[in-house]
Amino acid sequence: MSRIRQWKTRRNAELGLLAFAMLLVAAFGATVEANQFDEIRPNFWVPAALIGILFLGLHVVVRFTAPFADPVLLPAVALINGIGVAFLRRLDIARAIANDEPVPGFFAETGGRQLAWTLLSLILAAVLLLLLRDHKVISRYAYTLGLVGIVLMMIPAVLPSSISEVNGAKLWIRLGSVSIQPGEFAKLALVSFFAYYLVRKREVLSLASHRFLGIDFPRGRDLGPVLTVWLFSLLVLVFEKDLGTALLYFGLFVVTLYVATERSSWLIIGLVLFFGGVYVAYLLGAAIGGPFANFYDRAELWLDPFSQENYTRESGNSYQLVQGLLGLGTGGLFGTGPGAGSPGKVPEVRTDFIFAGLGEEIGLFGLAALLVIYLLIVERGLHAALAVRDSFGKLVAGGLAFTLGLQVFVILGGITGLIPLTGQTTPFLSAGGSSLMANWLLIAMLLRISDAARRPANSIAERTSGPKKAPTQLHGAMTEVIKP
Amino acid sequence: MNAPLRRSGVVILVLFGLIFANLNWIQAYKADEYRTDPRNQRVQVAEYERPRGSIEAAGGVALAQNTETEGELKYQRVYPKKEIYAPILGYKPVDGAAVGIEAAENDILSGASDKLFADRLSDMFTGDSTSGGNIVLSINPRAQEVAWKQMTDNERGVTKGAAVAIDPATGAVQAMVSMPSYNPNPLVSHDTAAARQAYDKLEADKDKPLLNRAVANTLPPGSVFKVIVSAAALEHNYNIGSELQAGSVYQEGGATIRNSEDEVCPGSTITLKEALTTSCNTAFSRLGVKLGRDVVIDTAKKWGFEDEGLIVGDLESKKGLSVAASRTGAIANEDGSVDKAALAQSSLGQRDVRMTPLQGALIAATVANNGSQMQPYLVQQQLDSDRRTIYTAKPKELRQPIDSSVAKDLQEMMQSVVEEGTGKNARISGLTVGGKTGTAQNVAGADPHGWFVGYALDEDGKPVSAVCVMLENVPGGHASAEAARIAGLIMKAAAGQGGN
Repeated sequence: MSRIRQWKTRRNAELGLLAFAMLLVAAFGATVEANQFDEIRPNFWVPAALIGILFLGLHVVVRFTAPFADPVLLPAVALINGIGVAFLRRLDIARAIANDEPVPGFFAETGGRQLAWTLLSLILAAVLLLLLRDHKVISRYAYTLGLVGIVLMMIPAVLPSSISEVNGAKLWIRLGSVSIQPGEFAKLALVSFFAYYLVRKREVLSLASHRFLGIDFPRGRDLGPVLTVWLFSLLVLVFEKDLGTALLYFGLFVVTLYVATERSSWLIIGLVLFFGGVYVAYLLGAAIGGPFANFYDRAELWLDPFSQENYTRESGNSYQLVQGLLGLGTGGLFGTGPGAGSPGKVPEVRTDFIFAGLGEEIGLFGLAALLVIYLLIVERGLHAALAVRDSFGKLVAGGLAFTLGLQVFVILGGITGLIPLTGQTTPFLSAGGSSLMANWLLIAMLLRISDAARRPANSIAERTSGPKKAPTQLHGAMTEVIKP
Repeated sequence: MNAPLRRSGVVILVLFGLIFANLNWIQAYKADEYRTDPRNQRVQVAEYERPRGSIEAAGGVALAQNTETEGELKYQRVYPKKEIYAPILGYKPVDGAAVGIEAAENDILSGASDKLFADRLSDMFTGDSTSGGNIVLSINPRAQEVAWKQMTDNERGVTKGAAVAIDPATGAVQAMVSMPSYNPNPLVSHDTAAARQAYDKLEADKDKPLLNRAVANTLPPGSVFKVIVSAAALEHNYNIGSELQAGSVYQEGGATIRNSEDEVCPGSTITLKEALTTSCNTAFSRLGVKLGRDVVIDTAKKWGFEDEGLIVGDLESKKGLSVAASRTGAIANEDGSVDKAALAQSSLGQRDVRMTPLQGALIAATVANNGSQMQPYLVQQQLDSDRRTIYTAKPKELRQPIDSSVAKDLQEMMQSVVEEGTGKNARISGLTVGGKTGTAQNVAGADPHGWFVGYALDEDGKPVSAVCVMLENVPGGHASAEAARIAGLIMKAAAGQGGN
């Protein structure tokens, strides 16, 4: 590769893609207006322009603080975020029309709030990029972050249900009108901690082993951390009543472990432990109920959502799942077109079921495109992990990208009936600040690491980006140990 | 570390592939099923965009209509006659399957039928939502209301029963009452929780108001079955004057047959006509045993017993109310040989013989129509939104169990029953009435069921109406007398006399 190509920052490509994404958001808004008002109003482009300006702001920050960052990440996320805001606004418009109220302003109701959350999230992301010029700095605070992560993860479990429970899952802290989902932030902190811990321990974990059935298994004492995290996940499953969150945390840990050690035995142990635990929880739910009952009920609904019994139960019925599926089915291949469907029939369509609501209007083709964009984001994150030179960066980027992909799988799998339904948010789409902020922070981290990955070793850009601090504890991790 | 990172990427790819495959399943393969699922509220809203067609009785009496609402579902279905027509009409709930004629004629009523293509085409150009097609029933509102009133105000305080009246010449159902009935209006409330609650209450009622006893319930017909045995005899070298062996008691294979009262046929012989007139049990038991099991069963089959596919609705689409099959039972021992005790009892419509009231009306109609059994139907006409006729029932013969000479003999015998025998209560001035009573024992200790099947002929001998009245567990003896009285009034109303 020539030096010239190496130095290309690709920031203009990012800007071009961003403009294209905003064009799509504006087109979405125009179609909504055509279907809802029977006319496209002259100011239809304003919401797309407003959110476009926000993304443009982040683009400028990236231009100066992470000039070599991946150029696809920001526009891809911006497209999903923009469609999310436009769709929430579309729901507000439909509700206003149904109630004979005036059309909500650009900053009103759910759509306007989501726009404000986007602003806040982008500011957070920009601050992270500005303050954190080298991702390896995070490793200094690894233990603090680990503690913070566990605390955030466990808070909803110990709080009374009146504060923490929404739709049967205890994942929230609700204070008055403000709801926070601490788990969204916990995953960022935990990934950082895991990455640090595993970089230090990877030699031991990957070399000392017993061989059994052709697979290298780790020593018993090295299993400690895995078992601890597994236990934590199951506690989350039982006390926060949410399979998705448990799967997310545990998947996150197993994958970073696997990446760090390159030992597939960890994957096998992890999967067996997790699904074994889930199955036992299901059996316990059937036999003794108690804290396991909620999970058992969810599994029952998942097995047969359309049965009249599950559909009409007093509480914890499959009504929302069924309505979501019926909405998706109504959309069919092409969808009804943005603004032409009735996504308002699906409960929780602003949060958990936003994908089902969108699916009715953009159809299988639209959802497939959306899936591809998510996939693009995840694969770009993994690409940054592949390209970055330090182990810590690899683990953080890999862990974050994988977690994002897993979260998309857990919620979409839930509403499409592939796995039991859980209370996860759909990243960048669902209404709500916690999820949006946490996931934009995640993207900022990926941008930072991808910048480090693509930065030429002795480029001018590097010299201008401030004095480089000497890496602290991670000296030994800078070079790869190539195993035979 | 790069190899496991790449493999993690593959894992995500596989997971997303699973989501994509599942979306294909939902949005492509299952799409039509989900789009039309009754729980899909989008279907409901679309369904209520245009007014559902009306259902009327003959002469334009409205039985099912709509009122406009302010809500999202623009029309509310209303059944102004409430209980009286519910077993026929059924109802169309917001979020569930319709039943009755509302279900059978749904395509026309909702406007989805191909027959209403012209209406939909004009909608496309005008942008209006014209109503669905309308259904005109064959029901004679006067006969129906008389039947309902007489059944519910019967003189014995009976709470369960059914009545069916048919035009013998066409098969058009003139009246169909099932008691107790239900008010369908709460079941079609737009408040689906309230509707479900109303349904659950009816469903849990031990008197089963949702059961259409006229077509969906079979009971032992008692002596009504003697008409079938008489027909079998007339086709096997007997005539109405043939002498039958009678007597006050007849024992056969462990069964003891007695007459309902001692004064009925105590003599050793009796003619066939006289046996039917007085409803002589011993004579008919002996006759049945003499004719043999196969003759009795085959004759019943020729009249419509064992028919599992009969549907009363419109004659074209084969949709409507399903009629339960009437049965004779096997009349056999465990090894398959003839159970003579059972045959003796079955010849009196007891033991395992079961019959729907509709089958009873068909028997009387067949006799009145000179042996030709017309296919019963409820839908006289289908009209489009501008009330242009798009279908008119063309009566057709269902089967011909007997030839006209046997029919004439049976008419003479059955008219004798009404003029001189057990069915005197059914007499109507100005009309010739024939019939047969039935008093059916059922569970030990319970009051018997009272039956009457009969028909009326006008002065020219043309059949006017055939009717079957069934009252369950009639107290106070002579169970069939009250049934005969009600049957007479229904036929009188159907003939255009009396009523109200």
